[in-house]
Amino acid sequence: MSIFVDKDTRVVVQGITGKEGQFHARQCLDYGTAVVAGVTPGKGGQKMDDVPVFNTVRDAALETGANCSLIFVPPAFAADAIMEAADADIPIIVAITEGIPVLDMMKVKHYLAGKNARLIGPNCPGIITPGQTKVGIMPGVIHKPGGPIGVVSRSGTLTYEVVFQLTRQGIGQTTCIGIGGDPVNGTDFIDCLAAFQEDDETEGIVMVGEIGGTAEEEAARFIRESVTKPVVGFIAGMTAPPGRRMGHAGAIISGNAGTAQGKIKSLKESGVHVCEELGVIGELCARVF
Amino acid sequence: MKIHEYQSKELFAAYDIPIPRGVVAATPEEAREAAETIGQFPMAVKAQIHAGGRGKGGGVKLAKTIDEAVSHAESILGMTLVTPQTGPEGRRVKRVLIEAGLAIASELYLSLTVDRETACILIMASASGGMDIEEVAEKTPEKIIKVRVNPLAGISGYHCRAVAYGLGLPPAAIKPFLKLLPALYKLFVDYDCSMVEINPLVLTEDDGIVALDAKVSFDSNALFRHKDILDYRDFDEEDPLDVEASKYNLNYINMDGTVGNMVNGAGLAMAVMDTIKLAGAEPANFLDVGGGATAEMIENGFRIILSDKKVKALLINIFGGILRCDILAQGVVAAAKNTRIDVPIVVRMEGTNVEEGRRILAESGLNLFTAVDLKDAGEQVAGLVA
Repeated sequence: MSIFVDKDTRVVVQGITGKEGQFHARQCLDYGTAVVAGVTPGKGGQKMDDVPVFNTVRDAALETGANCSLIFVPPAFAADAIMEAADADIPIIVAITEGIPVLDMMKVKHYLAGKNARLIGPNCPGIITPGQTKVGIMPGVIHKPGGPIGVVSRSGTLTYEVVFQLTRQGIGQTTCIGIGGDPVNGTDFIDCLAAFQEDDETEGIVMVGEIGGTAEEEAARFIRESVTKPVVGFIAGMTAPPGRRMGHAGAIISGNAGTAQGKIKSLKESGVHVCEELGVIGELCARVF
Repeated sequence: MKIHEYQSKELFAAYDIPIPRGVVAATPEEAREAAETIGQFPMAVKAQIHAGGRGKGGGVKLAKTIDEAVSHAESILGMTLVTPQTGPEGRRVKRVLIEAGLAIASELYLSLTVDRETACILIMASASGGMDIEEVAEKTPEKIIKVRVNPLAGISGYHCRAVAYGLGLPPAAIKPFLKLLPALYKLFVDYDCSMVEINPLVLTEDDGIVALDAKVSFDSNALFRHKDILDYRDFDEEDPLDVEASKYNLNYINMDGTVGNMVNGAGLAMAVMDTIKLAGAEPANFLDVGGGATAEMIENGFRIILSDKKVKALLINIFGGILRCDILAQGVVAAAKNTRIDVPIVVRMEGTNVEEGRRILAESGLNLFTAVDLKDAGEQVAGLVA
């Protein structure tokens, strides 16, 4: 099993003829992902390699049965692309785009409420169920199929580091999901923790957070109340200075809120095995799981 | 992006949000002209820097005559103002705002921010204005009024009434407040603000409402649709190395330590800074070269890190995903050729094209320390600066 995506996932890539969209659509195809369609307004009827390109997501979904969207549309048009996918009844929407204005995302968040659409991201590496499907920009080769560990993270390359160490310890993954580094995003830690808790094949969870906001504190509360599987946690940004935005739009300590120390404390109080040194997270996982 | 008080008040004026009569001045001569134009006492002379807490550092002074206003301006202009928010190095004052004083009945607090958890615009207000709102929030949270607005629906009358009556405004002040708050909200959404704060918002003795201070900051991701705001940017208020880095699309933040570091990805960059600290050293910077870094960006990153003279060693940690290790290696070699590198460098690479990257570095003839993993990298670089 897995969460959110598997071998039956049929992907439409929005922005498939752009530089990044094209590169990563090919990478996904190479991994074995069923990339069944692309969308670029004005290029309907063309093909990217063997993938048919449509003018709208609705056309793509009707023609190809796509049930998942992967978005590489530039920031100024990304909110529009997400809403278009939701309106075409695409149930899983993965937005890679970095730099979407926060007000746009706030509107998107309210627009999606009550719709049958799960947004992953934006500003994220996407989601991979190793050995089955890769819907994102992560390097496929570092993953090990078959589980039993689920990984959820706010970061990109930091997740790769964690997955790399897991794989090196011989620990496989059910699904690895990046929820993104923006202040307002779709799927959150709790959604993923709940899904991993329900997933039969997932026996343990690695949760990678960072400074800013209160998502980790809320996740800690949820773990205490509703997660029985073991959880290993890591929080990046112990040395981050307050008031500075650390690359990710969401990674900022405001006043006393959003510090790594506060998040680590919450996680520990919820029984999470907190790893304080990234370099040994693989070894810690090998002991815990 | 932050702007100055006088710039924020220009925006307020454009939205009919009441502000005191004021004129900005960059020289004592301009200050005299400004004071004569205002011609109403007492008069405030306020240093224009981005950091708050200006009053505590001697950056805000009251004058009863024009000569006194000019002499305050003379002492404030050019001074290095240190406030609780500037850090010990302070900020040099280039301009003062000279404003007519107000007959103050009471001071309120009002702000609009983004509430990330609910994806709403959060209006916060308090009858204890003038004070640090975080302190009020901590000691007497019941005294803060919070109202959330769904940005899809926008602000409505009841939002504004909840704040107005919550503040216990006198009846005559209700109407002007119900005009001010929607205007402030409109400014917030029109310009993609991340914060609009008025502290204090003054209730005058004749039941008027006036924004005595104004602090506006903007979502950097939305500046592409607000080119007019870019003219407000004051590069002198930013760290020169940060500004240099932003020219090359590098995410750089200068810090106090001695270990320079270059990483791809913001989360991993933070984790590498933490690794350096855990190994017993201090990071000199945060630098995320991003997912799509080119050899040229790597080279510029190098130059910027090394232009910080505190740097005694450099750690490069790249997890090749989109950014391939061979591209990184080419950038490092090019940088080494074009820049005089006199500090030791520890390199840790993993991921896409790592073999090719290692080969390029090995054949470059550069004096590099290679780390087998992240832990090893942190320990090696800490050892070099110890």
